[in-house]
Amino acid sequence: MTDRYAELVNSTVGRQIAGRLGLPRPAVLRRYKPGDPLLPGPALLGAAGPSTLPPLAPLLEAAGVDTRPGPDDRLAALILDASGVAGVDDLGGIRDFLAEPLRRLGPSGRVVVIGLSPEGGDVIGLSPEGGDVIGLSPEGGDVVVDSVRQALDGVTRSLAKELRRGATANLVLADDPASLESALRFLLSGRSAYVDGQPIRLGPGSAPDPDDWLRPLAGRTAVVTGAARGIGAAIAEVLARDGAHVVVADLPSAGEGLAEVANRIGGTALPLDVTAPDAAARLFTHLRERHGGVDVLVHNAGITRDRLLVNLKPDQWAAVLEVNLAAQLRITEALLAADVMGEGGRVVTLSSTTGFAGNRGQTNYAASKAGIIGMVRAFAPTFAARGWTINGVAPGLIDTDMIHSMPLATREVARRLNSLQQAGLPIDVAEAIAWLASPGAGGVTGQVLRVCGQNLVGA
Amino acid sequence: MTTTRRAAIIGANRTPFARANGPFAQASNQDLLTAALDGLAARFGLQGERLGEVAAGAVLKHSRDFNLTREAVLGSPLSAATPAYDVGQACATGLETTALVANKIALGQLESGVAGGVDTASDAPIAVSEDLRHLLLDANRARSPLERAKLVARVRPGLLKPSIPRNSEPRTGLSMGEHQALTTEAWGIAREAQDELAVASHHNLAAAYERGFFDDLLTPFLKLTKDQNLRSDTSLEKLAELRPVFGAGEHRTMTAGNSTPLTDGASTVLLGSDEWAAERRLPVLAHFVDAETAAVDYVHGDPKDDGLLMAPVYAMPRLLARNGLALGDFDFYEIHEAFASTVLTTLAAWEDADFCRRRLGLPDALGTIDRSRLNVNGSSLAAGHPFAATGGRIVATLAKLLHEKGSGRGLISICAAGGQGIVAILEAA
Repeated sequence: MTDRYAELVNSTVGRQIAGRLGLPRPAVLRRYKPGDPLLPGPALLGAAGPSTLPPLAPLLEAAGVDTRPGPDDRLAALILDASGVAGVDDLGGIRDFLAEPLRRLGPSGRVVVIGLSPEGGDVIGLSPEGGDVIGLSPEGGDVVVDSVRQALDGVTRSLAKELRRGATANLVLADDPASLESALRFLLSGRSAYVDGQPIRLGPGSAPDPDDWLRPLAGRTAVVTGAARGIGAAIAEVLARDGAHVVVADLPSAGEGLAEVANRIGGTALPLDVTAPDAAARLFTHLRERHGGVDVLVHNAGITRDRLLVNLKPDQWAAVLEVNLAAQLRITEALLAADVMGEGGRVVTLSSTTGFAGNRGQTNYAASKAGIIGMVRAFAPTFAARGWTINGVAPGLIDTDMIHSMPLATREVARRLNSLQQAGLPIDVAEAIAWLASPGAGGVTGQVLRVCGQNLVGA
Repeated sequence: MTTTRRAAIIGANRTPFARANGPFAQASNQDLLTAALDGLAARFGLQGERLGEVAAGAVLKHSRDFNLTREAVLGSPLSAATPAYDVGQACATGLETTALVANKIALGQLESGVAGGVDTASDAPIAVSEDLRHLLLDANRARSPLERAKLVARVRPGLLKPSIPRNSEPRTGLSMGEHQALTTEAWGIAREAQDELAVASHHNLAAAYERGFFDDLLTPFLKLTKDQNLRSDTSLEKLAELRPVFGAGEHRTMTAGNSTPLTDGASTVLLGSDEWAAERRLPVLAHFVDAETAAVDYVHGDPKDDGLLMAPVYAMPRLLARNGLALGDFDFYEIHEAFASTVLTTLAAWEDADFCRRRLGLPDALGTIDRSRLNVNGSSLAAGHPFAATGGRIVATLAKLLHEKGSGRGLISICAAGGQGIVAILEAA
């Protein structure tokens, strides 16, 4: 669905009017196309405090990034190594580095702050309000160090809200550098167009470089549920573009759309009701017999039955919880019991910002999508023991058939209620999933990455 | 090449079958056949694959569709380097194409192929009357504008009546139903027995859908997700209320409920050598063993002995003898339900010792079929019957039944216009 408002304010006349009236001006976001360079211009590197990371410049140069901009050059990215911040004074280095070059940051620019997790706890925590909190570990850490490390989160989130013209700011917690290159490639490129104001923690894990960064999933088999249309179809397309053979699954009744998707991407169609008692057995038998196993499982199938809780019928409650949560729990449990997923296995599941923040009329949906967040965290240690990862992606407002049914005013307001002032596209969600499914993201697990343009609620 | 091998039935795909002038009314034969190939390619990852060949056909066919199957291939995800040809043997087309492709695979001429068929009774070709056609051809040959104008001036309103294709035999003028009504009466097939068979067909097909049997045999098309003709709640009482529509006199027994309706749909079956399947990690559901065709002189013969739809009765003993098998040696029987009474006259003929001695040259009756093994997942009375697509539907159903059982043999019998018929044997892989 076209965002007519965004089109208007990006026209010559519309731009002037919107500027005069102070209206929001959503930018046309830079999105990845195969063969695009990581950045359309040079990146400026800086540090706050003594770095604890391997040198970033050679890594970025090898990835084709120009890291030596001239003093007046327009910049495509600002990369701040804040891994060494140890005292409150070190934080001043963030302002010192960013203040001047921010004025030179181009459209769809990138600010990436690299820090470390507080030792006393995990920065990625879920509070009842939906924001991130520190959960203290029993050992605790250095209070000052942990305080200033946590401060990076506040800086990045606020900066993301200040940036305009499609620029984003994200925080990478590089506790283990194995996945750092992969994370930087994702965040700098157009693949992360709608990821804004988010922390991503890089832990230990096997994160081999792909043979070809253009096709990181080459030779891998992926399965995507709910793939006949919308976000599921976009996920299948992006995984196939990245080199995977994709098995697209959906309800038998959705077979026509499913066949179209399969034929478009050179994949195979599998009619499957994920809520059937034998769904896991059917799926795994198919994957074993036809493909010799599976490397990537994407739980995308999901439904909504929106009603205020007082009006919600038992079957509307049950259907959403069954499709969105129970089926995923059963299939993922069965995956651990079956001998079907190979080395470096990846599970990525669809949560929602509603799962973090809640939403009026979506108690059942929010229950299922918050449940997914719990599932991802609870499975992560078991997955790690096998060298697999499990992560979630939580889309915000995404332009699909689902939002066509929203009233016009509600839709237009909702579109502006995020830092990028627009709805995301299905491909934005798909890009995040493809990255989490890639070999290089082996250090990322147990996390739910929001693809929401930094929603004002639930981000 | 002196050795032969058995062709593997790897899988299949069809559209749901729609009642004529229903959801597929605007779809052409080419649209339907392409849709069936699309679903097949998606199921087995055949995008860009060069198959040995695709053989298919349609009974009701526009003259412009002289290369129907090839055009469907060009519109499908298959490699454009996949050759194709059209086959026509009326309602036997779908099974005849299967036999053709299977035989080429058996001989080593092909490693893979698709057999299929399609028909639409909605988008049927309409021709101009013969007189008008001759006149138009003369006008086309005319040398001068004046000559042409003279010819055109001869057009009269009566010439403009279109010639709509009819489900009738050119040599007798009788419709298939009228022919079968003669045979039904000659064999004394009761109305109740026909209705019972129809009810079983609907209930069996409904149960097969219920357990997901068709999930990997069918791809929805134009929002239709299952065979439109299926009435899972039909009953003997409901069918008993219908008025007979074929035949004459007091003994009319054939109704719309125990006859197949005009139907639109397409079916495809993927065949290959075992090696070809194994290289692609594709399953082998069953092997195609053998087939036999027959024809009867329904124009001059007696409607009991040489009824229009009785040719499979004659083909069967020849097929069984060649394979050293008896009629009872099968786990599943698929007898195409053109009419319920066609199935019942076929069974009656094989059970009739006098007929078998007199007409089939057998020492005794050919035998009896265990009715619990007959059309266990329903057949044409419930699914509908898009003429050339029925063979592919039946081959797919039987192959999957054999695969589920894991052993055994199945027998197919399909009657066709022109007094023809084809029978075939499949064996579990």
